[in-house]
Amino acid sequence: MSGDGVKLTRPDGLRLDGRADGEMRPLAIEAGTLRNADGSALVEWGKNKVFAAVYGPREAKPRHLQNPMRANVNVSYNMAAFSVEDRVKPGGPGRRSIEISKIVGEALSNVVFAEQFPRASIDIYIEVLQASAGTRCAGLVAASVALADAGIPMSDLLPACAAGKIDGRVVLDLSKEEDNFGQADLPMAIVPKTGEIVLLQMDGHLTPEELERAMEMGASACKKIHELQKDALRRRYAAEAIMSGDAEVGQ
Amino acid sequence: MSVVSEITHDQLRRLASKGMREDGRAFDQARKLTVERGILEMAEGSARVRLGETDVLVGVKIDVGTPFPDRPNEGILLTGAELRPIAHADFEAGPPSEDAVELARVVDRGIRESGMLDLKLLVAAPGLKAYIVHVDVQPLDHFGNLFDAANVGAVAALHCATVPAKRFGLGDDFPMPIAESPISTTFVKIGGHVMLDPTLKEEMVADARLTVTTDSKGDIRAMQKGLSGAYTFGDLKDCVQLARRKAAEVRAQVLA
Repeated sequence: MSGDGVKLTRPDGLRLDGRADGEMRPLAIEAGTLRNADGSALVEWGKNKVFAAVYGPREAKPRHLQNPMRANVNVSYNMAAFSVEDRVKPGGPGRRSIEISKIVGEALSNVVFAEQFPRASIDIYIEVLQASAGTRCAGLVAASVALADAGIPMSDLLPACAAGKIDGRVVLDLSKEEDNFGQADLPMAIVPKTGEIVLLQMDGHLTPEELERAMEMGASACKKIHELQKDALRRRYAAEAIMSGDAEVGQ
Repeated sequence: MSVVSEITHDQLRRLASKGMREDGRAFDQARKLTVERGILEMAEGSARVRLGETDVLVGVKIDVGTPFPDRPNEGILLTGAELRPIAHADFEAGPPSEDAVELARVVDRGIRESGMLDLKLLVAAPGLKAYIVHVDVQPLDHFGNLFDAANVGAVAALHCATVPAKRFGLGDDFPMPIAESPISTTFVKIGGHVMLDPTLKEEMVADARLTVTTDSKGDIRAMQKGLSGAYTFGDLKDCVQLARRKAAEVRAQVLA
């Protein structure tokens, strides 16, 4: 974050992409978009395109990593080489990806009933095909829909969104320019049922009052995202019900 | 991986429900902090921090290199952490574990986002030559809360660091340009109770962890929530208030 000299507000008071301060970029979620994975989802959020694929519960390997009490919830976040302007160099995950994988996995562990699957692993792969700020939230939104699509028992879906600060104002869902030149970024994930925070990071500069406003803004966005997640699953399984009905007629 | 016995687990939870901790501290009470500065001769800056029994060494080394193309007028800050087996039986030799990566990145974020270093003063020739400041965290004894110990160590080591300009034929040595002193405060939540500066056992049974880094104005510069547990909005507000108060005390001690 560094806010030197770049104006992120238009003369009419709106943000550069024409959004109001509390407005999110367009978000589309589709469940069951991959064939091989046990569960999957595609999230298109602004210019972000993020797939999540879930395998499991399956036997955890190597065996010394098996937990006799519960399943391991593993997340692997990866950015495709072509996902950003400068090509991402190959050679395994960088420090940023390792950190994102860790905190997203920890957040998801809060809602997955991992104790139902001792010695198993639930493996979640987040692949960012096109990145434009907010990929960890997009990945988490996709991952929780993919987990539900895989039939993994969960206490709730997990919506996520970032709030932040540009030109001295608290705003929702930073764009790439706002992330690069803004003054703060605050990604969060909130359990809809309890309102509790299970993912939280922040960098930049916020007063305690601004932090409170940003948290409220993010929390209210999470409620809307949760509805979109449920919608995506309803659409997916409404379609499946119709298809299996057809199949029975065919037999 | 170490396993926490059911007894320890239950005992810490039972204590917490009574407002108590294993070492008798209050929930908002940190362990004794001591800071030694400038203790390494080959490093440009160094500090050894003891937080209770936790013991962390931080060294600053300075190189010269090419500035990042998108930041031609700024020096470069790189923060690393290595959790070597000397500090704990669970630490393994080899490439940095994800815990080490997270530790380094949380410490880095506090320094970077608070603008602690005036990076513009660490350029020798714009676009061509800049100082690269390496901050390396090396725990010697892990008894919990490496985050705060490493943060204090990094701040203290940078404060006493000298930029070795002469070594690179770039004029006289000068003190590290410091503009701010970010201080982190780390909390854990055990059975619904939030406490700061966790011991190793408390970390091992904790449901959730939260680090809040504030600047000298009391503004928030970085945060990181860890583990699979959750915080309420009320928890967060309390933690931020407490972090601001505690950081002011620690900052005064580190700068003394």
